[in-house]
Amino acid sequence: MADQSYDPIMLLDAYRRMRAIRDFEERMRREVQAGTVPGFVHLYCGQEAVAVGTCMHLLDTDYIGSTHRGHGHCIAKGCDIGEMLLEIYCKQGGLCNGKGGSMHIADLRKGMLGANAIVGAAPPIAVGAALTQATLQTGGVTVTFIGDGASNQGTVAESLNMASILKLPLIFLYENNGYAEFTGVSYHLGGNIARRAAGFGMPAETVDGVDFFAVYDAVGRAVGRARSGEGPSAVEAVAMRWYGHFEGDMQLYRDPHEVERLRANADPLVKFEERVIRDFGIAKDELTEIDEEIADLIDDRVAAAKSAPKPPREALFADVYGSY
Amino acid sequence: MPLKSFREAINETLKQEMRRDSRVIVMGEDVVGGMGGSSGVPEAAGGTFGVTAGLAAEFGRRRVIDTPITESAIIGAAGGAALTGLRPVAELMFIDFIGVCLDQILNQQAKFRYMFGGKCTVPVTIRTLMGAGLGAGPQHSQSLHALLTSIPGIKVAVPSNAADAKGLLATAIRDDDPVIFCEHKFLYGETCEVPDGEYLIPFGEANVTRRGNHVTVVAFSRMVLLANRVADKLAKEGISVEVIDPRTTSPLDRDSILESVEKTGRLVIVDEATPMCGMASEIASLAACDALAALKAPVQKVTAPHTPVPATPNLEQDWLPSPEKIEHAIRTTLDQRLARTG
Repeated sequence: MADQSYDPIMLLDAYRRMRAIRDFEERMRREVQAGTVPGFVHLYCGQEAVAVGTCMHLLDTDYIGSTHRGHGHCIAKGCDIGEMLLEIYCKQGGLCNGKGGSMHIADLRKGMLGANAIVGAAPPIAVGAALTQATLQTGGVTVTFIGDGASNQGTVAESLNMASILKLPLIFLYENNGYAEFTGVSYHLGGNIARRAAGFGMPAETVDGVDFFAVYDAVGRAVGRARSGEGPSAVEAVAMRWYGHFEGDMQLYRDPHEVERLRANADPLVKFEERVIRDFGIAKDELTEIDEEIADLIDDRVAAAKSAPKPPREALFADVYGSY
Repeated sequence: MPLKSFREAINETLKQEMRRDSRVIVMGEDVVGGMGGSSGVPEAAGGTFGVTAGLAAEFGRRRVIDTPITESAIIGAAGGAALTGLRPVAELMFIDFIGVCLDQILNQQAKFRYMFGGKCTVPVTIRTLMGAGLGAGPQHSQSLHALLTSIPGIKVAVPSNAADAKGLLATAIRDDDPVIFCEHKFLYGETCEVPDGEYLIPFGEANVTRRGNHVTVVAFSRMVLLANRVADKLAKEGISVEVIDPRTTSPLDRDSILESVEKTGRLVIVDEATPMCGMASEIASLAACDALAALKAPVQKVTAPHTPVPATPNLEQDWLPSPEKIEHAIRTTLDQRLARTG
């Protein structure tokens, strides 16, 4: 509902999650550059308002399907930052016991169905989660995050159609961040993402993904429809990513000034801060307090992850099957 | 015990498991059959081969779900539903169609449990149709069970008779791991005695369908019928053939195969599939690695050639393993011996 009141407690919670994502990712960037992180990481900076504006509507019993750029989705959905870091460092006690890593973080207790390293693979899985919710009549909803690159995959079209004909409580949350790996959206995308989704017979809208309130309102409408049995919706949130496809990407395909311009003009946290101080009577000090709390938390959890034990050798053979 | 066809046994098992557990759902193309058609008879088909007939009438269309022809969404949704609390039985109409949905099996369902640190179950069963002989051509006739067997995290069942179909399907549906259940299209009309009530067969336990001492024949799916027929014929000549039906290729009952080879010293493997990286090669390798000292003759493999399945009826018959080819392989191994040095 566009006219909903924005509860200050909700707004501070949203800010905390966005700040956590930003600091988490900036820290991961430095750690990757320092060579402490195994594998690839794909950073979410610039898109914080999309994950948080979406997940503020969700409960632990609601599901999200994620992407390879999944850290922001995890934090927004309430995954424990310490357990996420243990996972990214592939340590014991990580959300996936250290065997998934950055691109496979999952936490079913929080309704997080997994980051996914196969582009476009999550939407069919999300159709299944929404099918469970519809079949068992749980009242839950599922959101599947889809990059602009993934929007071209056939799996997405199949999922849009299946969700539409079965009237599932599913939201297709497109994150148009400007690039599919190294290829710009002006080249790789025919037509328009939201209009494609609308072609499957569902409401679809495009919003400014830098603006928390725009995302929050649009997703609120979609979640409302899903919870009341009116079927799927699509939201395309446009928010450029600040960094490369993966950290370490030289980004030769990008104007070197593009990121500077984004930082100066399209920072979701700055935009949020200005709005909540201006319109909702939140004091700058309240936000600064959160900033300090998050900075300490991340320092502490990164240190803990680095010093945590590696999985034992037996873990190689564990959990291939439930029984075999 | 009542005689039932392979088709009836599967239908009965689906019904029994759906009655037993409300989380079991059935989904796939035309599993109801006829939704949206001009006759207004939604359950006109009950599956392309009639295997799911009567399910929608008893359990309703919330639990028996006709899907569009979108295999990635069918198989992917089944995986997602399994991850979140249902026990879906998805139908992949022909195993050949795995080409358009393999990611959801290979990279998703097979790996969920492992890459999520053991913190989930994936109780999905994928029923699919395998086998040549209908003149259906290269894209509706393959037997790709070995391809799936090679994927850690997946279990694969290849029942050869109606009773096994019942016992293995019930086990598959109750199993917490993804199972690919391969139904040979030429077995649907085959009948045998099938228990009426609850019947479960554990995975990884081979069935010895013929006891013998001279040669071990390991056969899969419909090939078990052919191997049994050859064994019965040769028995009249005093040739004693042991036929082993592993029933599941993953897990594979290596012990029963090795035990038999230790006894007979001669091994023939029959698989209706192409020969490279297949079950015949796998079991030949098992014998070479773990029972070489017992082997009295080279292992014989009876498989299809390394070609697609032709639509041409006469060529398709040449493509298929046959009783004649099996008999020839048995006689060859009995005539041969390994030259050993040292």
